[in-house]
Parts: sequence; C-alpha cells; structure tokens
Amino acid sequence: MLIKNLPEWHLPEREATSESLFVSRRQWLAGAVAAGLVPAAMPFAPALAATPDLPRLKAAKSRYVVKEDVTSYEDITSYNNFYEFGTDKGDPARYAGSLKARPWTITVEGLVNKPKRFDVDALIRTMPLEERTYRFRCVEAWSMVVPWVGFPLSALLKEVEPTANAKYVQFVTLADPKQMPGLRYQVVNWPYVEGLRLDEAMHPLTLMTVGLYGRILPNQNGAPIRLIVPWKYGFKNIKSIVAIRLTDRQPKTAWNELQPSEYGFYSNVNPDVDHPRWSQKKERRIGEFLRRPTLPFNGYADQVAGLYKGMDLRKYI
Amino acid sequence: MLTRKLSPSQQLRLLKVVTFIGLSIPLAVLLVQWALLLTGSSKAGLGANPVDATIRQTGIWSLRILLLTLAITPFVKITGWKIPIGIRRMCGLFTFTYALVHLLMYFGLDLDLSLSDLWTEILKRWYITLGMASLTLMTPLAITSTSGWIKRLGSKVWKRIHKAVYILTPLALAHFTLILKGHQIEPWIYSSIFALLMLARLIPGRSPAKKKAERVAPGQFA
Repeated sequence: MLIKNLPEWHLPEREATSESLFVSRRQWLAGAVAAGLVPAAMPFAPALAATPDLPRLKAAKSRYVVKEDVTSYEDITSYNNFYEFGTDKGDPARYAGSLKARPWTITVEGLVNKPKRFDVDALIRTMPLEERTYRFRCVEAWSMVVPWVGFPLSALLKEVEPTANAKYVQFVTLADPKQMPGLRYQVVNWPYVEGLRLDEAMHPLTLMTVGLYGRILPNQNGAPIRLIVPWKYGFKNIKSIVAIRLTDRQPKTAWNELQPSEYGFYSNVNPDVDHPRWSQKKERRIGEFLRRPTLPFNGYADQVAGLYKGMDLRKYI
Repeated sequence: MLTRKLSPSQQLRLLKVVTFIGLSIPLAVLLVQWALLLTGSSKAGLGANPVDATIRQTGIWSLRILLLTLAITPFVKITGWKIPIGIRRMCGLFTFTYALVHLLMYFGLDLDLSLSDLWTEILKRWYITLGMASLTLMTPLAITSTSGWIKRLGSKVWKRIHKAVYILTPLALAHFTLILKGHQIEPWIYSSIFALLMLARLIPGRSPAKKKAERVAPGQFA
C-alpha cells in the first residue's frame, strides 16, 4: 500500500537493509491506523502489531549491539505492558490505535538555561539517530532483545543546557483519557512518571528512542518517542513522553509511589535482590522455553556499574 | 425448559455430558495450541510468552470452575431444580485438574523441575505459599470425591472434610491478587462473586427435616 506525504526524513525502501518481518492482514490495518491513514475512532481500533509500512528511519549503525538472538517484531509489538491501554499483555496491541502519535511535541524545561518545546519529527531529522540492539528486562522476569532506533538523551539535554543545580531528570507520559481507555483504572497514579539521576541520563547508553526494527515506533511500544535505559527494569523505560523536566530533587516515579518496597527509584537489574513477591535470579527470554540466569545490570555492568560505586544496591533498589 | 420432558436421570446424564464437554474445552484448546507450538506453527495463539500464558489460563480456569462449583448449591436452592447437585463432583474434579496442570506447568517450565527451587519458592514467596496451601487442601477433597469414600467416611465426616473448600477458595483468591502488579480489578471481581456465593448460602429455608432429606447418600453422585 502506498503512503503519500512521507516525512522528509523517510528512508526509501531501496536504501533500507533487508529484514524479514511477519506480516498479517490485521497488522496491515493496524499500521494504517498508526500512520493516521485510517481513522481510529472506534474504541476497538485494531491497532495490532505495526506493519512494515510504517515509515523507515535513516540511522547510523552503532557499536551498541548485543550479540544475541533478536526477538521477533511480532513478539515485541504484541507482548507489552502499557497499562494506559489495558493490563493484559495483548491489550496495547489491541487498543493503542487510538493514540495519536502525530503531531507530537516534548517540552524540556525545569532547571535548564534554554527550555524548549521540540517537535518529534524535527528531532528525528536533526538528532544523530543510531540503530542499537539492547537487552530489555521486565521486572516481571521476562526479557527481550530489541533493535531500537534512537539518539542519546545527552544530545537532547545538551541543547537545553541543564544548570549547575540540576541533579535529576523527570519524564512524563501522555495521559489523555480520550486516547487511552486504560486510564479509567487507577492501576498506578496517572500520568505515568519516571526519573533518572542526571549522570544516568547523560550516560551514552541512555537512548531517546523513536524507532524499532528500522521503522518508527508502533503505538503499543510507546510512540512516538520513549526512553530506553537498558540496565534498568522495563518500567523505567517510560513511553510516549510529553515532558522532560530537570530538577534538583529526586522526582517521584509511578511504581515507586505505588509500592516503594517493591519498586525503587534506581531499579537496576539485579539478580541478587529479589522482588519481595518473586525471585529475580532468572528470566524468561521471550521465544525460549526454559529460563536463563539474569545478569547484573542486565549485562551492562561494565558500562554502568561505576555510576553506583559505594551505593548499597540492596538498599537502593 | 427442554429438560421437563426428560426423566431426572436423563436430565442428569445430559447435564453431565454438556458440563464435561464445556469444562474440557479450555484444556483442549491449550493442548491443541501446544501441539501447534511444538510442531513449529507460528499461529499457535499463545502469544509471545506461551509458558506464562498457559500458567495463567489454567489458573484462571481453575478459579472460575471453583466458583462454578460453589454456585451449584445456591442455584439449586434458589431454583428448586435439584439435578445440578449431580454435577458438583465433576466440577470439583475439573477445578482440581486445572489447578494440577497449573502447578505442573509452573514446576516443569518455570522451575525446570527443580524440587529444591520449588521448596524455596513455597517458603519465600507468599503467593506460592498460598497457592500451594490451596492446592494441598484441595487434594483430599479430590481423593474423597468418590462414592466409595463417601461410604467409607460416612456423610458427616465427608461433609466436614469438604468444608475445606471455604478455606481453599480465599487462599486461591489471595494467590491471584498477590501475583499482579498495581491496583487491578480482576481479582476483586472474583472475590465479589465468592462473597455473593457465600451470602447466598445464608438464604433461609432449610428446616432440619429438609436437611435430613438432603443428606449425602453414597449413590447420589453416581
């Protein structure tokens, strides 16, 4: 199917690397909805796994690629925790068609010299996009390997110039009841908020993510822009970001606010610290039957352990 | 109702067949899905995490059938139609079967058949402790469900043993509540149903004479 009016950063098919994607009829329709070509007026807009017809992104290859089997596009886009669209793993794929991912702006404000409202397509055009394949580990003890496309958060923060007082970064997700049917249930307090320490935010691994498998993010994966911090549990990888704020105080985060004994501010992946209700020693890699051992910092210990030198990670969960 | 044309034993037989088929369907569907999965089909329908999906499905169906089992007595009381008492054992055994498959899937594919892991999890994780307690309480009920056992134990002792259902159900509900993240409504829906079914048992209208007439007889559940 032909998509007219492509954004100017669109990568033509002939320049794209080949890939094998699983396509089905419902995915086709879902992609059409996600691209705004079919109205998503119905509450049950079939916004299932996005299609290869989502616009491609021009991105450089990066060295941040784990040498493990990549999870399939279908699994990544059909097994999601995005409670704004329902608490079942299949709900975001089913119902996120109502999310209007364009036009979209992110406000970056707070303790910065140059607060600014960024248009997400402008960011895609001007920021240094890279393809990065990261491990992703949910606190529920399942994991994936995902080929993201994004730019370092540090590049965005450098543009707004955090002041000397800025110590933390807070992120806020969209919370529009008209677009998000799950908001009527207070599973956590809405809007969903997350936060990082400034040095975590400036770390080279921290990615403002706009794409998946070389194309823009499907709605259920947090379109149009989300955070990826691969050494932390999945819930810290906040989706569909509308605001970023630099603060001097540790910001509240959604799951920590709900249950501080179970979800800490840092939430670094740590097999030695169990969730109070279940073990974190092992995880189920999606696509595998038997569980595998969980790695400290989700396998990124070499790159990030230094951020936490001297911190008792049993206390700072 | 069609059943008025049938004799009581015919009604019971029909109800048994329908119930057996109906309650088998979720398990049959899972078996087919696993057959598809293991033969490499991409359309098995279990999603990205089939082990987790199966554990959840068997768990939720066990809970649903448990509540169905508990609904039979109030249903009989309210409608006056006694025949469904004859499927109560079948419903209880299906509850147990789904719960057993639920445990075996967890033990086999989550814990990789490690008995020491299972013991650690039972001791450390509240939701496992409660789940295992519920299933453990259910086991003597499953074993003594036969007419032979009713005869052997006598109706009074048998009934006392089977009152354990009123303990194992809240345990199962707590198990379900504890495995979810955040404030989720599903366990509360099932808990409300359980509460209603318990309240329904307080409906007056059971004189001692009636109770005597309804006392469990060995052949009643055949």
